[in-house]
Amino acid sequence: MSCCAPGAELCLLQVRNLNDEILLASRAVEDGLRQTELSVPDIHCGGCLQRIEAALARLDGVIRVRANLSTRRVTVVWCGEIPPPFMSTLETIGYRGHLHDFDASGKDATLSELLRALAVAGFAATNIMLRSASVWAGAEPSTRDLFHWISALIALPTLAVSGRTFFRSAWRSLVHGQTNMDVPISIGVLLTFGMSLYETIHHGPYAYFDAAVSLLFFLLIGRTLDHVMRERARQSVAGLARLASRGALVVQPDGTQTYLAINEIEPGMTILLAAGERVPVNARVIKGSSALDYSLVTGESIPVKATTGTELEAGILNLTGPLTIVATETSVNSFLADIMRMTEAAEAGRASYRQITDRAARLYAPAVHAAAGLAFLGWIIISGDAHRAITIAIAVLIITCPCALGLAVPMVHVVAARRLFEQGIMLRDGSALERLAEIDTVIFDKTGTLTVGRPRPTATGDTGPNMLALAAALASHSRHPYSQALVSLDDHSRQFDFDSVAEHPGKGLEARRGTDIYRLGRPDWAITDGQCPDSDHTATVVVTINGKAMTCFSFDDALRDGTQKAIARLAKSSISAEILSGDRERRVQGVAKQLGLPWIAEAGPAEKIKYVSALSRAGRKVLMVGDGLNDAPALTAADVSMAPGSASDIGRNAADIVFLRDNLEAVPRAIEISRAARALVRQNFTLAIIYNVVAIPFAVLGHVTPLLAAIAMSVSSITVVANALRLDGRATTQNGLRTAPVAKPVIVGADK
Amino acid sequence: MIDFFFLVPIAIGLGLAGLASFMWTLKSGQYDDLEGAAQRILFEGSERPDL
Repeated sequence: MSCCAPGAELCLLQVRNLNDEILLASRAVEDGLRQTELSVPDIHCGGCLQRIEAALARLDGVIRVRANLSTRRVTVVWCGEIPPPFMSTLETIGYRGHLHDFDASGKDATLSELLRALAVAGFAATNIMLRSASVWAGAEPSTRDLFHWISALIALPTLAVSGRTFFRSAWRSLVHGQTNMDVPISIGVLLTFGMSLYETIHHGPYAYFDAAVSLLFFLLIGRTLDHVMRERARQSVAGLARLASRGALVVQPDGTQTYLAINEIEPGMTILLAAGERVPVNARVIKGSSALDYSLVTGESIPVKATTGTELEAGILNLTGPLTIVATETSVNSFLADIMRMTEAAEAGRASYRQITDRAARLYAPAVHAAAGLAFLGWIIISGDAHRAITIAIAVLIITCPCALGLAVPMVHVVAARRLFEQGIMLRDGSALERLAEIDTVIFDKTGTLTVGRPRPTATGDTGPNMLALAAALASHSRHPYSQALVSLDDHSRQFDFDSVAEHPGKGLEARRGTDIYRLGRPDWAITDGQCPDSDHTATVVVTINGKAMTCFSFDDALRDGTQKAIARLAKSSISAEILSGDRERRVQGVAKQLGLPWIAEAGPAEKIKYVSALSRAGRKVLMVGDGLNDAPALTAADVSMAPGSASDIGRNAADIVFLRDNLEAVPRAIEISRAARALVRQNFTLAIIYNVVAIPFAVLGHVTPLLAAIAMSVSSITVVANALRLDGRATTQNGLRTAPVAKPVIVGADK
Repeated sequence: MIDFFFLVPIAIGLGLAGLASFMWTLKSGQYDDLEGAAQRILFEGSERPDL
């Protein structure tokens, strides 16, 4: 059997491209070594780590390999000019790897800083608490003073190390004339420490070092968990396959071929585009013919034929044959760059969302500080004792220090983010959860969002297993999406040995065995005996033997699993849904009718933004769900946005939430979890406020001792955390999301 | 009471030792892959930790 002629040459071409691409994405480390990060999403156990490390370490030139299970990444350090064959080695042991950009990886500096702050605060809190316990138990004045001094010595560096996160954020918001939750926290901690130091110097009985430090400790726990959760979600999204190309194979005037990075490509350069590659910059075809997949660019679901002279926009996927194209724009002026600019404009135009903690802080901080001020004034007037008045005012600040409030939101968010993570839904933006709970309108893109973006064949005519197997065997020689769909029809139990197979771009496949000619392709090309069976006028592809039509296939874009259920669930929670697609009217109408949704077709990126912002201006809260490049600006313009994991890089980056499983029920599920989280956040705020209302009178009357403050703070924090954990048990429904995504073929007339 | 004060610096010293060792583990990257570390223990590997 001879391989289809263009394929063989392309394979070689692609290996060269890949090596150049690995070089572009790697980074030079010490003495001539290079380091490459691969993202391998299939790593799932310790066995995978062992196999990958063993297999890659055996390659020539590989110095070090380290696989990471948490981030699903492999770091390879290698030497030499040509990268060792990582990708093919990974593939032979059953893993799919893709290159990971260097700037996106590296160590998580924020996490290290938070962990360091947390460790110091934990050490300080336990040690100071030890001294405080003996003071509360009634130590002699000299012992008490000694213990206060030791506590002060531990607390001072702790404030410097662990408090920095809060002080910095508080200072930043004060400089901008705003308040956030860190402002009352910082004021409370600093005043508490200052007063305790004063008391210690003057041999006073009460010092609140333990309160100041354990407050930092509790808040840091919340922050660290929050950060860990968010980072995990971010990395899962970052590990998805990169769809845009890093460079392209350019033919120089002297005939040599070089791999250039995208931003080095100038108009007029000739580029070789292999099948399966994406168009790097806007270009025009000068040689070859092929089918093109526009689905990520315009939302069009049916492949389009390209011949000499066809204008291409950056991001289009070349499906079947190699093309020689000439660049017409630089990457800065390309379609991709236009989309980026539109996305940025939409970003700037969107009203910035104030998170609920910040809104609460705006009311809370003045109220608490006013209460402390009034207590101070009141005691000055009543007793005239400034020291006592200051002590009581600070006691008010300590007792109201927003420990519970500071944990109220992050803890709920951590639990909610974990629930979402388990369902394969990744929160990319912290405030997205709050915004998601508010929405009343969902706008869906069609291609790749409501549908899987993979055609589903319907067979008519002779649908016996032999014919289906023949169709699949023929189809396995092409990368056209229709062919790929047909391959899935067969269970590969039968073997067909063709003498030769050739692909005719735009027409179909032709195979020969002996004197028989088999064709799979367009009816007007494949059928040569002129006798079309009845059903073929709707068929898009037929299988013929010696020119006689045997089986016809028509294709429709299969809906994602759970689409019907998802729409029904949205309707039940009284959220209205619409379709906003860039695809042709007829196809959008078909899907819309199936789902019973209002629709708009043939909308370009600009119309999409316009429509979404018009809805926002009308007071609706819009969730945009889309995947393509053309959706990216609208995703940014919407109040909150979701994208499937299969989305374009730009679409994924524009979305607040990315769902990795193919089931569309992720959308209503995410909304349900966000609403449950909103209810819990409100409860937590109520709890924290009730606690303050009860505690403030004690503080104002001067009955607060360090022991009482410590107990009150711990109890309120535990209450809030325990309440947040209730989300785990709430809104748990059946495990519907775990079904495998299969576009099942429809066999019509199998009993004929 | 005063006879037992020598315990105070010992207690703080132990705490500091714990803190210092935590900082060392943090710096040497032992928290980079917590899931992986939990799995690797199940496989026979080299005798030394590879950092």
